[in-house]
Amino acid sequence: MADRTPVIAGIGLSDYPKAPHLDAVGHHVLATQRALADSGLRKSDIDGFMCAQGDFAQPDNAGTMAEILGINPRYFDGTAVGGSSFELHVQHAKAAIEAGLCETVLIVYGSDLYTKSGTNPGFGAKKPGEQVAGVLQYEAPWGNTLIGAYAMAAQRHMHEYGTTSEQLAAIAVACRTHAGLNPNAQYRKPLTVEDVVNSRMIADPLHLFDCCVVSDGGGAVIVTTAERARDLRQPPVHILGAASAQTHWNISQMPDYTRTAAERSGKEAFAQAGLTPDDVDTVQLYDSFTITALLMLEDLGFCKKGEGGPFAASGALQLGGSLPMNTDGGALSSCHPGMRGIFLLIEATRQLRGQAGDAQVAGAEVALACGSGGWLSAMGTVILGKDKA
Amino acid sequence: MTNVTTPPTEGRPVPLLDAAGRPYWEATLRGELLVQECPGCGHRQFYPRQICVECGDTPGWLTTEGRGTVHTFSVVRQQGAYPFNQWTPYAVAVVELDEGPRIMGNVIGCEVDEVRIGMRVEVEFVPLNEEASLPFWRPAAT
Repeated sequence: MADRTPVIAGIGLSDYPKAPHLDAVGHHVLATQRALADSGLRKSDIDGFMCAQGDFAQPDNAGTMAEILGINPRYFDGTAVGGSSFELHVQHAKAAIEAGLCETVLIVYGSDLYTKSGTNPGFGAKKPGEQVAGVLQYEAPWGNTLIGAYAMAAQRHMHEYGTTSEQLAAIAVACRTHAGLNPNAQYRKPLTVEDVVNSRMIADPLHLFDCCVVSDGGGAVIVTTAERARDLRQPPVHILGAASAQTHWNISQMPDYTRTAAERSGKEAFAQAGLTPDDVDTVQLYDSFTITALLMLEDLGFCKKGEGGPFAASGALQLGGSLPMNTDGGALSSCHPGMRGIFLLIEATRQLRGQAGDAQVAGAEVALACGSGGWLSAMGTVILGKDKA
Repeated sequence: MTNVTTPPTEGRPVPLLDAAGRPYWEATLRGELLVQECPGCGHRQFYPRQICVECGDTPGWLTTEGRGTVHTFSVVRQQGAYPFNQWTPYAVAVVELDEGPRIMGNVIGCEVDEVRIGMRVEVEFVPLNEEASLPFWRPAAT
């Protein structure tokens, strides 16, 4: 019987971190072309399509993008919950392939955020004095920013557990160290804990270097069956577990500012994989802000709740440590075009293929990617293995 | 901004009143802060919805005392968007009301560096337009 175990058979990155020659569609196209070339598949092999823009007015809406790419899927997913959308897509692709609903799924993302804007306007009304409909009318009048939302989680974590700015800074430092090994990373100059805590305060307690960069970029992942992958170009990377969970959407509704839904998505993904956090060789965690990654380390079980600060400060997250994190430099130093989830999957796959170059984690057999969407809201956890479970 | 008695409202986003929130905003004009309370299960919630998030029933309304505790907060020091860019630094807090639900708002009437988790605050309504006043929060004695 054919082996329908879902595997990642192709990955592709568009140009990053700054690509003025590409628009958002161009990033989707280039990432798709490169993932196809990487895998050895043809575009006509794709019968499942997933992309994460939910706005019909945008060309990267899933329906429009499939048309532009010339893909007529028989399985189709436009789940858009922000940065973790692509981890959710993997969950859905895995289920669809296991159920026989399709054979080969393209998951693709691209954005020209840096070239287009370079700034973040906060959220709520788009124009001064504009009417705000729906749930944002209970937040928008107060001028909170996206960074301010994550800062509220950091503030509460510091209050409850004594977490320090220096401990959060250790996360930014680890990412910058790894970015130094990635020729494409947006910022590569070494960074110290002092540099981070002395950088200007953006929204207390988050400093400039606690915040991700703003980039252009795109990526694509092709998921197919182990059977189909057998004669393709790359060693297959097995999807051992994929799960999602949400606790809230808007930051004012977060039930516990020190815990995310990654507690649930992680537990379920580990159960599917039959593995524990001890089995993981490297993690690719969504580091929109240092606090985002810190909460995930705790919620996924790599350390106890409240001990993320000391764990990060121990050096465990650096190459050579017990749990190298964000080996491409992460959102904090490599690239963040708005929704980073696809890059987590691509870097985890590179690690398990042994193609991570100077940032290779020796003997990496199990990698975990965890995306965060919204305001620490929708979490998606994917556990990948060099070998089948 | 945080030290002014009456915070400016010019240019702030304006609520578009809808079925769920109209009673809430109308009450702000009377100087009352409402949350919802479910007649079925007693669950209290904010922001206003057309469903009780706990049991699925249709919620009713409860007038609060307008007092609470800062559950968490941030001080926004960099902000590109008008009008807020005129007012930095300012404090944005999530206030846990004595009645239970949490609500986001600005803490005024003290220096931003004085805002703390656990700080007691009380509501102060500032007129916005004919349809709504905005609840701000200032330090309270108890």
